[in-house]
Amino acid sequence: MSVEIQEKASVPQDRLRPEPRVEPLVFERSGEGKVGYSLPPLDVPDVCAIPEALRRADIEDETCVTEVEIARHFTRLSRLNFSIDQALYPLGSCTMKHNPRTNEEMARLPGFAAVHPLAPEEVSQGSLELAWLLERTLAELTGLPRVTLQPSAGAQGELAGILMVRRALEKSGNPRKTVLIPDSAHGTNPASAHFAGYKVRELKSSPRGTLDLAVLESAMTEDVAALMLTVPNTLGVFEDQILEISRIVHARGGYLYCDGANFNAFVGVAKPGLMGVDVMHMNLHKTFSTPHGGGGPGSGPVAVGEALVPHLPRPTVERRPDGTFYLDYDRPDSIGRLRTFLGNFGMFVRALAYISSYGNRIGEVARGAVLNANYVRAGLADVYHLKYDAPSMHEVVFSDKRQQEHGVSNMDIAKRLMDYGFHPPTVSFPLIVHGALMIEPTETEGKPGLDAFVKAMREIARECEESPEIVLGAPHTTPVRRVDEVGAARNLVLRWKP
Amino acid sequence: MKFLPASDAERREMLAAIGAPSIDALFASVPQAVRQAPDLAAPMSEIEIRRFLGGLASRNANARETAFFLGGGLYHHYTSAIADQMLYRAEWLTAYTPYQPEVSQGTLQSIFEFQTHICLLTGLEVANASLYEGASALVEALLMAERLSKGRRRAVVSAGIHPEYRETVRSYFVNLGLEIVEVPLSADGTTDAAALREAADESTFAVALQSPNFLGLVEDWATGSAAARRVGALSVAVVAEAASLALLSPPGRGGADIACGEAQSLGVPMHNGGPLLGFLSCRTEHQRQIPGRLVGQTQDAEGRRAFCLTLSTREQHIRREKATSNICTNQGLMALASNIHMSLLGRAGLREVATQSHAKAEYLKKAIAGVSGFRIPYAGPTFNEFVVEAPGNAAALVSRLAERRILAGIPLSRWDPADDRRLLVAATEMNTRAEMDLLVAALGEAPK
Repeated sequence: MSVEIQEKASVPQDRLRPEPRVEPLVFERSGEGKVGYSLPPLDVPDVCAIPEALRRADIEDETCVTEVEIARHFTRLSRLNFSIDQALYPLGSCTMKHNPRTNEEMARLPGFAAVHPLAPEEVSQGSLELAWLLERTLAELTGLPRVTLQPSAGAQGELAGILMVRRALEKSGNPRKTVLIPDSAHGTNPASAHFAGYKVRELKSSPRGTLDLAVLESAMTEDVAALMLTVPNTLGVFEDQILEISRIVHARGGYLYCDGANFNAFVGVAKPGLMGVDVMHMNLHKTFSTPHGGGGPGSGPVAVGEALVPHLPRPTVERRPDGTFYLDYDRPDSIGRLRTFLGNFGMFVRALAYISSYGNRIGEVARGAVLNANYVRAGLADVYHLKYDAPSMHEVVFSDKRQQEHGVSNMDIAKRLMDYGFHPPTVSFPLIVHGALMIEPTETEGKPGLDAFVKAMREIARECEESPEIVLGAPHTTPVRRVDEVGAARNLVLRWKP
Repeated sequence: MKFLPASDAERREMLAAIGAPSIDALFASVPQAVRQAPDLAAPMSEIEIRRFLGGLASRNANARETAFFLGGGLYHHYTSAIADQMLYRAEWLTAYTPYQPEVSQGTLQSIFEFQTHICLLTGLEVANASLYEGASALVEALLMAERLSKGRRRAVVSAGIHPEYRETVRSYFVNLGLEIVEVPLSADGTTDAAALREAADESTFAVALQSPNFLGLVEDWATGSAAARRVGALSVAVVAEAASLALLSPPGRGGADIACGEAQSLGVPMHNGGPLLGFLSCRTEHQRQIPGRLVGQTQDAEGRRAFCLTLSTREQHIRREKATSNICTNQGLMALASNIHMSLLGRAGLREVATQSHAKAEYLKKAIAGVSGFRIPYAGPTFNEFVVEAPGNAAALVSRLAERRILAGIPLSRWDPADDRRLLVAATEMNTRAEMDLLVAALGEAPK
């Protein structure tokens, strides 16, 4: 990398090309005779009662490495990752906020991590009570009476929600055929509606980026089971006509589904139940700060109104008059189950710890998130194009329109941000903004971090005009240079082979 | 508040820069009618959170402080301290989906290694980056087979598949116009091969078999593969106890086209049932229909080996309602834990965990068979779990023993109320002979 680019990048030397740049695969460290584990000697007779034909002799090509090498390997690999604890990670729609470590500690208590959901109820009261308390808390925050914690992640929550709608409509004689989804929605919405057996009709957004009531009026027929609406939407804009929207949907006997991926924008400030929402999933790994872990585990609880309570997934957690808790499997109108056991219980522990730390002041989360997004917007609106200028809540979506004039795309800007020490925003989503740069700073970023991010984005905008080749060739300082994703799909190598 | 880094002065400066009089003013688009503060308790300090949640945790019987024999698709196996401590590193814990490969090579390479481990264990050629857990992994495997069949509508599944997996399949399938035929078990507790063959017809897209099956009995993958092959369907192998893959003949060798299930046993604590670790592997010829995330090897602009997510045109964020699946997240952190575990134990350790689990279960099975009034109803080979028939009500027995800190097993009445005298008992390398002797003695003393 040239001295000139280094100067332009104006990044500290210690962030340039950290070592190691590449790390061998763990399989490439393997060697006969190396061992990384020990077990106690077998204290029962060493028998094998599996017939030869049903047995394997060996696990060919598996590793032989020591614990020392494992420690080095995974520590080195970790250093090739960017993470929230390093700096702002403004991945829009993903709510990359600080993950409190108390929550991690709590989830690892043996009384939570080393317990089995099919242990007798009498020795599982602590975990049942925890699930019940989390349900009550999420019910209070959403203003809806019941919540299932079972879905494994947001997408499965969406499916659970739409399946409950379907079951309720079937009970009243007609499951209907269509689900309405705005063109700004997350891709999981249409995919989930499809897997619930519905046709999807896409609604074109208004010039403000919100739902167009006239479009909704004409699309909302008695063939429509539900409207799936993200609140605030993926542009970060609150549907200020939400009460009118719910009235239109309900007037035709449909259900209003709220995609709660963006609950961080109004948690503790407003309640979906008061908006006329009938069913809503939340992402514990977004609003409630359970760690994203490099892509999961998630957890996607779903809150429902009274009409859908009989259809909740099985089992539900219930409290007896004597204060003890039990699992209720006897729910004949349930949609059934969508996974094994009770859900991602470890995430329930973390989410309850998180909510408890804020308690009745949890509205501060939303207030901080909205303040930060608006601050970033104010700092960048004169250099990046804002296709929709409706008020922003927790995130702001710019586009690369002005930078395209210099031949630079949103993806190039994203890569260049890495040189400045930031994770890029979400790019190319929502689909209704061509060349989107979707920025969600979250409430856990302080002013100095936001200022540094704004400064970097402005610097990049200047580079796009004055020396676009620097941006087009980015990133310059990451462990690897731009990765050939097209080549990966063309010539598939999906595993190591000796 | 301790997770909100702005000072009062900074907040004022930010509002001034925005040109808003107050934070409330930024919420002007939220109608007053929908605003309401939540009725929750006051904020808790860290000390109070530890007290509160620690109190709840102390009321659960945990596997470290009991003689523990529960399984049923979730097992108490050895995990090394290094795996969990590695998970605490912020670079793993607080990163997200590696959409930007230049700053995510750690996660990407770890997934690539995980995919390789799953291939080696299942004997198949391709594996994805993980799925939520076993039951939804089976759903995804069946839907994949359905897509590959181009128009077939029937899945034939053995009744030996975990009942919660089968219930999950029904929840997903009921609205998709797909038919599920469940083939009963024969008297010996394994899948009725003739009935399986009969149920699979020209409209069948998949034949699914679990081994060890839900009753703990080892099945022959070839039974499912033969029935599938005859009608041009795909053979789906379900594994709910993945530790067994190190000892039993792998699905790939038994002719399975897709292997799927639960890999929790390979390095993930029980977590009271979640987060777990679903897996799915298949043959190369079917790789373009595999659901979920997939990491591939490629190069960077300087020709260096690098990894990235690949074939994402299958996924919902591109294909929307035409995607292969609606799933978005996988189980990133659990796949990492499992990769560390499998890499550490490796060829010898994975094998030893499996052989020890099996030997302990054999010891326990034989000992329980010797207790007056108790029977082992099935004679076929088991891996580390087996059915015990008690002289009286199994659920009452299990509850009584739980008072003595013995978690003896899972009553089968949990899934079939009429099946009230039998329970599933599992053993792993974590059980000592003394614990097993304690269980056997307690069964001997139990009122009949």
